[in-house]
Amino acid sequence: MNLILFTFIILLGFTSYYFGRRKAHTIQSTNKRLTALPQFYGYYLAIWCAIPAFIIFSLWAIFEPTIVKLLILSDYSNQGYLDDELNLIYEKTKALSRGQFTGEITPFIKASAEKYLSLRSIAQSSKVVIVLSIIIASVAYAYKRISSNSRTREPVEKFLNAVLFTASLAAILTTVGIIFSLIFQTIDFFKVIPLFDFVFGTHWYPAKAFVRDSSEALDPSMYSDTFGAVPIFAGTFFIAFIAMCVAIPIGLMSGIYLAEYASSKVRQYAKPLIEILAGIPTVVYGFFAALTVGPFLKELGTSMGLEVSAESALAAGGVMGIMIIPFISSLSDDVITSVPQSLRDGSYAMGATKSETIKRVIFPAALPGIVGSILLGVSRAIGETMIVVMASGLAANLTLNPLESTSTITAQIVVILIGDQAFGDPKTQAAFALGMSLFLVTLCLNIVALRVVKKYREKYE
Amino acid sequence: MIKIKAKDVDVFYGKKQALFNISLDIEENQVTALIGPSGCGKSTFLRCLNRMNDVIDICSVKGEILINDFNINDKSCDVVRLREKIGMVFQKPNPFPKTLYENVSYGPTIHGMAQSKQEMDEIVETSLKKAALWEEVKDRLHEPGTGLSGGQQQRLCIARAISVRPEVILMDEPCSALDPIATAQIEELIDELKKEHTIIIVTHSMAQAARVSQNTGFFHLGQLIEHGSTDKIFKNPDNTKTQDYITGRFG
Repeated sequence: MNLILFTFIILLGFTSYYFGRRKAHTIQSTNKRLTALPQFYGYYLAIWCAIPAFIIFSLWAIFEPTIVKLLILSDYSNQGYLDDELNLIYEKTKALSRGQFTGEITPFIKASAEKYLSLRSIAQSSKVVIVLSIIIASVAYAYKRISSNSRTREPVEKFLNAVLFTASLAAILTTVGIIFSLIFQTIDFFKVIPLFDFVFGTHWYPAKAFVRDSSEALDPSMYSDTFGAVPIFAGTFFIAFIAMCVAIPIGLMSGIYLAEYASSKVRQYAKPLIEILAGIPTVVYGFFAALTVGPFLKELGTSMGLEVSAESALAAGGVMGIMIIPFISSLSDDVITSVPQSLRDGSYAMGATKSETIKRVIFPAALPGIVGSILLGVSRAIGETMIVVMASGLAANLTLNPLESTSTITAQIVVILIGDQAFGDPKTQAAFALGMSLFLVTLCLNIVALRVVKKYREKYE
Repeated sequence: MIKIKAKDVDVFYGKKQALFNISLDIEENQVTALIGPSGCGKSTFLRCLNRMNDVIDICSVKGEILINDFNINDKSCDVVRLREKIGMVFQKPNPFPKTLYENVSYGPTIHGMAQSKQEMDEIVETSLKKAALWEEVKDRLHEPGTGLSGGQQQRLCIARAISVRPEVILMDEPCSALDPIATAQIEELIDELKKEHTIIIVTHSMAQAARVSQNTGFFHLGQLIEHGSTDKIFKNPDNTKTQDYITGRFG
């Protein structure tokens, strides 16, 4: 029903556009000069159709459920029900009206369900009538009002401005929403686990929190030495470090090759091929690391007399580095290519060779962009989850030996949130605390990155 | 004395021929101006003289160009040494995004011309003085070269070019992006520089060619129509095309 109404409104929008434009043409044919192109008259009418529709729809969506609920529950008032019980009755009514209620059906509930259905259908049809009549009224009003000297261009431009503003606002509000959802759970978490234990504790063992029976009272002392985040922070940075050791040199060198040395033919094929690497899902990298690279490293290590765990930080970090190569290579290629040819010419004309030119002129000029691409790679490495879960294990060892297994923040969030989750439990809240700290770390990283880039930019521009 | 001798030079961009059979002698310690309408090949010819056309993949050069009786199109020619001897100044000022000092010391550094910091300081100072820029920038040698005005940037590029004491300086429309005052400064500078360097300048301004050069070559559609002393070309050209171009009838 809503879908049909919606389609109808869109059709109305197109029709009003058509009428607006036609009226403009009619005005034009009487040799009057218009204040805007005929299309603007059309858009103007379409907006007069869209805005009322949008307002009524949103008001309806906000108030309809509340009003229906009030009407249904008014039958039960003055009977001494508690709020919780009333809510339950309402849920039962709704379930019954959808035919999904499996419990015992009392006559009261049945009556309510019937009332609910009839209310809904009244609401639905009145919505159709109200929406359509208001739209038609508003379009008709606007249609009558537009004349040769009415201003249509400014409202259309303002409307577009507002639409674009709303779009960017949506992204910002989402970020804010995420931060708030993190903050409250994180605060709850730190009510049970002292901040000090979290930041400086060296034992991360959330499995210990599984054993609590939810009926027991919460006893903070049982969590001592459970949520110490040092090992997983260390693991995160360690694996990211290994990844960047692989990705930065290879990515940069291939970027420089593509930008400066490769002939246009090679570039034409090599660049898309390298970018394919970026299109591989990380889960594929994950099992490549776990099933191919990990065992290979283990065998290699054993043959050299080293003890290598099958799930090692090296395997995960190495494969993660390969995953990041295309980001760095492709971005630095773009940055280097955008260094003006006149600088290259200037350097060659001084008798500099290609490598001298790259080292002394092009690389410094492209540095801000290259730093940017590297930092983008770092944040990818820190946020990467799947490869670590699959290839480096889930045990949070505090180690700097790349041949042992270790774990990262993201992998631990996965471990914690897999399966049934109990809200209000420190174990679940630990995931929020981790998410929050991850967010803070990447935020700091981004701020530092921006500053670095800005500093170099000042120097080189 | 003849410094550069071009013999039957043909240049191709892919299959398209850009220069046909150019033969031209360039006199030492004089200014030679190359004039002609846009796309006539004068810049292409200039870029042949320091093999800058090597940078363009599809460009190929045939014929002999003798500098000090040595054919620079020969396989044995070392491009790095060649470009040390033949400096170039471009149409748009293109200082490196480095400090003024680093811009001027760039050439001497890559050619290993200074043994000490002191020597380098001297080279930088002399070059900037010769480029008539020293007085304006001596207090801010360690600021970025890109912060200068257009005319100053172009003089910085000239200082950069002469820092390696080249025998020849090629100038590709060095004043086309500058205002009249900066242009006058550069022209004055060219007059000064010709005492120590041979200068070849491509220009769109007939007046500039007449002011600064002793010899002029007129290019049209990839051919060298006429060349000779600037006086003769401007006052009494042999070819009617030259006459038409100089009097402003086309181009």
